[in-house]
Amino acid sequence: MKANTHFAFFDEGSKKEIRRATLKAVAIPGYQVPFASREMPIARGWGTGGLQLTLSLIGKQDVLKVIDQGADESVNAVSIKKLVQKTTGIKVTEQTEKADLIQSRHRIPEVPLTKDQILVLQVPMPEPLRAVEAREYMTKRMHSEDDYSGVWLMLFEQIMKYGKTATAADHPVYVNGRYVMAPSPIPRFDNPKMHQSEALILLGAGREKKIYAVPPHTDVASLAFEDYPFQKESFEGIHCHLCGAEGVFMDELVDQETGKTTHQCNDTSFCMEQLNKQQKAEVASVYG
Amino acid sequence: MGYVPVKGGTRAIEASTQRLKYERLKDEEIVEIKTILSSMRGMIDQVMSEASLYSPELAALAIKQATGSMEEAVFLMRAHRSTLPRQYYSQTVEAETMFVERRISASFKDIPGGQLLGATYDYTHRLLDFDLLEEQPNSVQSWLAEYKKQFKNVETAQELVYFPKVVDYLRQEGLFETHEKNNAVPNDVTKKSLQFPSSRSARLQILTRGQTGAVTSLGYASLRGYGQVHPTVGEVRVGRIPIYLEYPNAVEQDSDDEFYIGEIRVTEVESFVPVKVKNDNNEDELDFEIGYGACYGQNETKAIAMSILDQCLEHTDVDFPTHDEEFVLLHIDSVESTGFISHLKMPHYVTFQSKLDSIRQVKKGVQPIES
Repeated sequence: MKANTHFAFFDEGSKKEIRRATLKAVAIPGYQVPFASREMPIARGWGTGGLQLTLSLIGKQDVLKVIDQGADESVNAVSIKKLVQKTTGIKVTEQTEKADLIQSRHRIPEVPLTKDQILVLQVPMPEPLRAVEAREYMTKRMHSEDDYSGVWLMLFEQIMKYGKTATAADHPVYVNGRYVMAPSPIPRFDNPKMHQSEALILLGAGREKKIYAVPPHTDVASLAFEDYPFQKESFEGIHCHLCGAEGVFMDELVDQETGKTTHQCNDTSFCMEQLNKQQKAEVASVYG
Repeated sequence: MGYVPVKGGTRAIEASTQRLKYERLKDEEIVEIKTILSSMRGMIDQVMSEASLYSPELAALAIKQATGSMEEAVFLMRAHRSTLPRQYYSQTVEAETMFVERRISASFKDIPGGQLLGATYDYTHRLLDFDLLEEQPNSVQSWLAEYKKQFKNVETAQELVYFPKVVDYLRQEGLFETHEKNNAVPNDVTKKSLQFPSSRSARLQILTRGQTGAVTSLGYASLRGYGQVHPTVGEVRVGRIPIYLEYPNAVEQDSDDEFYIGEIRVTEVESFVPVKVKNDNNEDELDFEIGYGACYGQNETKAIAMSILDQCLEHTDVDFPTHDEEFVLLHIDSVESTGFISHLKMPHYVTFQSKLDSIRQVKKGVQPIES
């Protein structure tokens, strides 16, 4: 009883069902559309929502890029790429500009995306109101009634306690002035990249069985108060110890020998590109 | 510069997968699928039930591939399930058509049709049998021959006897309400995600595919004090039920035209639960309700626990977590719970960096709060 798996793993019926949910999500920006969410060959919580979106979207001509926390070569990104390649035979790339489809966990690439690209974000907790209300039945109602007092109060309480809002990644956003949405745990640094994005951004939560979207050219605003404006992570005066880049999201590394803290671009393909450019320029200046 | 663990992923993964295969094969012992099929019945039943895919062969393969890890075997089966097109729904199964192998009641000593113990661990002493360390084929054969000898003079009944449900007897006495049959098409939770408030058909599906340990623990919690359901087991039955498909494209339904596609072995439980109800004069009266449990294979503990939780979720006004449908139904799935717990092993460099930044900023700007 040996069986070969279908193109892109799923049977066609399952793919259609995911696409239907996706279309609805695009039509209602920021609204979480429930979908059946099939079990995948990778574990729940390891990107099954994103993977289902990717597999339902991918065609034979497409080029795929997968990133995990900024890195193309991180173990889970490799594992997802391998699975998609095995079941589709499509090409993969590490270069952001060359990809048609980018599946990412917790980062939006540093290189601006274009209208020809789709960004798929993996989402562990799609419900921005979950910290305020545990029951799905209630949060669904709060969304429909435009009742976001709980999440505003949460930010207000942080200001009262800490003197400023103390959210980390996954800082909630308003989409198209209507739905409050969890941008997936991207750092606050990446929130502004969602605003008026050229590329379609799809978000998939496999375990929680939700798909939602930020269509191109949609307003996305991070929740903040007038007197306590939204703040990104600060990397002031910090540059990448490899390529020298500034103004990008950094990983903090501790040198085991000297004990000193250094920083490195979190987006590994961006860093590599900077290094290549520098090398080219160097070669050109010597031999040019 | 030290080693940055996110790089070199491809080769590291390859090596880890190779190592896993090595661990399975290093002693050069191969366990045959047929060995698992005939000797690991309990495990196969549990895997099929939690995977909600009835196939002993695939379950045995999953167990072999997963080197006996229950969560891995269930995971493999569920992932395989996602690749299968869903072509048909079977006809409604009438549990009375079960070919009963075991059937007991804790409510009545003398039930119509009688108690049938069948095969059970219930009355064994859980002492390690050291003889099994060196079990030999010939001793097995002679035991089997001896065992079968006692049936030589047993006459086979001419007709198949179906056992009536214990609850039917109580219904006749008017102790149980006779409800009208609900023939609404059940929700398929694998095609449409669970919505709240949930339908009973959705609840029963989630419960029956729940992780055995999780269902048992929550059922136990309800019984022990964190719930208000104290049932008596009306009937536990284990046996095989035939499955039929409607003739495709049939204009008129005729049960003679149905296709028999095989049988499934299940455990079915009906628990009797006393509940307070208001009568016509608005006075409290005691009545009975039924908690229902059913699962693939023989897994009586899970089926009984399920019957408790089914009854709990019929009464959601009670202020215990075991009566909260979101609490129970969203946390008992093996693939979901093990997946999300294990995802904590993934790198969280970005999110942690973001948290660090947040804490540093807060510490930097701490203002003493007047009290």
